[in-house]
Amino acid sequence: MSDARPGHPALQVRALNKSFGTFKVLTDIDLSVDQSEMVFVLGPSGSGKSTMLRCCNRLEEPDSGEILVGGAPLTGSGVNLNAMRQRIGMVFQSFNLYPHLTALGNVTLALRRVQKLPRETAEAAAREALDRVGLADRAGHHPAQLSGGQQQRVAIARALALRPEVMLFDEPTSALDPELVGDVLAVMRDVKAQGMTMLVVSHEMKFARDAADRVIFMDGGRIVEQGTPEQVFGAPREARTRAFLGRLHG
Amino acid sequence: MDVFLDTFLNPAVLAKYAPAILEGAVVTVILSVLIVLSGIALGTALACLRAYRVRPVSALIVVYADILRALPPLVLILLFFFGLPNVGVTLSASLVLYVVLTLVLAAFAEEIVWAGITATPKGQWEAARSTGLGFTQALGHVVLPQAVRMVIPPLTNRAIAITKMTALGMVIGVPDILGQATTAQSFSANASPLTLAAAAYLVLFLPFVIASRWLEARFSGPGG
Amino acid sequence: MDAILAQFFNLEIMAKALPLVLKGLGVTLLICAVVIPLGLAGGLLAALGSVSRNRALRWASIGFVDFFRALPPLVLLIFIYAGLPFAGLRLSPFAAVTIAFFLNNSAYFAEILRAGLLSVPRGQGEAARSTGMSATQTLAWVTLPQAVRNVLPDLLSNAVEIVKLTSLASVVSLGEMLHAAGLVRSITYNASPLMLAAGLYLVLLWPLIRVIGRFERRIAS
Repeated sequence: MSDARPGHPALQVRALNKSFGTFKVLTDIDLSVDQSEMVFVLGPSGSGKSTMLRCCNRLEEPDSGEILVGGAPLTGSGVNLNAMRQRIGMVFQSFNLYPHLTALGNVTLALRRVQKLPRETAEAAAREALDRVGLADRAGHHPAQLSGGQQQRVAIARALALRPEVMLFDEPTSALDPELVGDVLAVMRDVKAQGMTMLVVSHEMKFARDAADRVIFMDGGRIVEQGTPEQVFGAPREARTRAFLGRLHG
Repeated sequence: MDVFLDTFLNPAVLAKYAPAILEGAVVTVILSVLIVLSGIALGTALACLRAYRVRPVSALIVVYADILRALPPLVLILLFFFGLPNVGVTLSASLVLYVVLTLVLAAFAEEIVWAGITATPKGQWEAARSTGLGFTQALGHVVLPQAVRMVIPPLTNRAIAITKMTALGMVIGVPDILGQATTAQSFSANASPLTLAAAAYLVLFLPFVIASRWLEARFSGPGG
Repeated sequence: MDAILAQFFNLEIMAKALPLVLKGLGVTLLICAVVIPLGLAGGLLAALGSVSRNRALRWASIGFVDFFRALPPLVLLIFIYAGLPFAGLRLSPFAAVTIAFFLNNSAYFAEILRAGLLSVPRGQGEAARSTGMSATQTLAWVTLPQAVRNVLPDLLSNAVEIVKLTSLASVVSLGEMLHAAGLVRSITYNASPLMLAAGLYLVLLWPLIRVIGRFERRIAS
């Protein structure tokens, strides 16, 4: 079921370290995500998974280490960060839609201000993106007029419209009512089917089992274990992974 | 009762000085509009500048805002009007009033807009930056529009309070409503011009006071 | 540069002005001591009226508040001080200032206290009444303390505005701080006495402004 292309890394993380004050959040993280691969990151809260994800577009500044997107460095001096961030889409737990703009305005803002597209071109691209998440008919709505699930789909469209090489999902369904989760997961599945490279932090175990190419388990700021969903869920090698999965299944 | 009417609502006096007070009203309105526009623009610009968090710049802005908020505007008006000519800067009374009240409104507006900027959720910055918007773009297109919306009620209240202070211009001879009225009152030896002035201020400001009440109710309502 | 120093920071003139300006500061503080409690009391009455269930009382209170929020305090002061004598009512500058500022401040305090009263959940009053407390007791011991706490920064800001407002008393020749400084300025033709007064206002109000800022941040977080 995997469309991933081994040997063609879209995102590489090398020897990543990060501390908040004296607290070490990430220790020597090495990770490579192949093109069109969907990698799921699991772990207890405080394991550093969200921080790792946020380092991947430098919303958190790594203390040391190297991050490459499509072979181009994201870290280091002289990097055009705003240009690089165009290549990395980000979807947040709390959606973070701009409340003063319509769905269409949310999607077009970066297209017009960063990519400098003319209004018509930007709006056409935005409508296409909204159509992909099934919300073409909601283009003129403000975030407050949309359900949580719809808001998150607009946020996905906002990231998709920039045609990123990699998309990062930071607990995209945690803030949603259970009945709204399905729509968002369906959109993510569709985005993957179209060949997007995805790094996902989430607690949706069933979705991870069905859709992920690879699962990573993090604890205490380190990658403890990784493998196919069958390996990690079915036969975890590490005691900490077993304990974590055991707690989830109650 | 007759004495009262004769003193405060004397038809002859009212008729005679109404044109002067109307002229004063024009001065008050022009000054008020200019003060509100430039004061809020300057204050917003300072709040944006402070958002870059360049330490010495922020410190200067904070000191400016604190001093201008702590000093009575009348003290500043007298300082500018009587102090500056002796160092070679002579400004007309109206210009002094405009400059001082603009600076004062800017100080309050800076604090109010800054509060709005800091109250905008961090996720809004992050979402904007994650799509490649630069700091200035994120501030201008995403954060500032939300911040300003959030602080419209306090900003309105403050703007009303400070435009009302145009009446202080009377002390240095600005021919605004109160200035015209006190002149008329001393010529006519009758209080009716003052009544007319009070009425003129009510006509000008009451709609804004009522509007601000409505704004506050609307903004604090459910779903704000 | 020397001209600026001589015109605004002339220490000799400041020293001469100091006793008179300090006496003026005393009057400034006296006005505040009278006007702030009066304004709070008037404001509380108007605030209670504006949240009352009696429609006439509610509209009368809101009308009072909006009227005096729309009228510049200096207009009110001059009307009372220079207008009323034509009708045979001659007030001392202090009385005129007290009445004018009482009316003005009551309106502003009323608006703040009203917001405070509305911020207290209805259940608080109901709980108090259910234990047998009277309406007045409920207000004094349950509703008002919470209301005041919720709008404390605004109440303090308004107190700062009142201290600044007292400078208007100089227009009716009440010898508060600005009047004293202005007097010495008009004799010496030098702005240093005004700078001295400005400095004293800063000493008086800057700490308050800082404290209010801290309160506001604490409530926001």
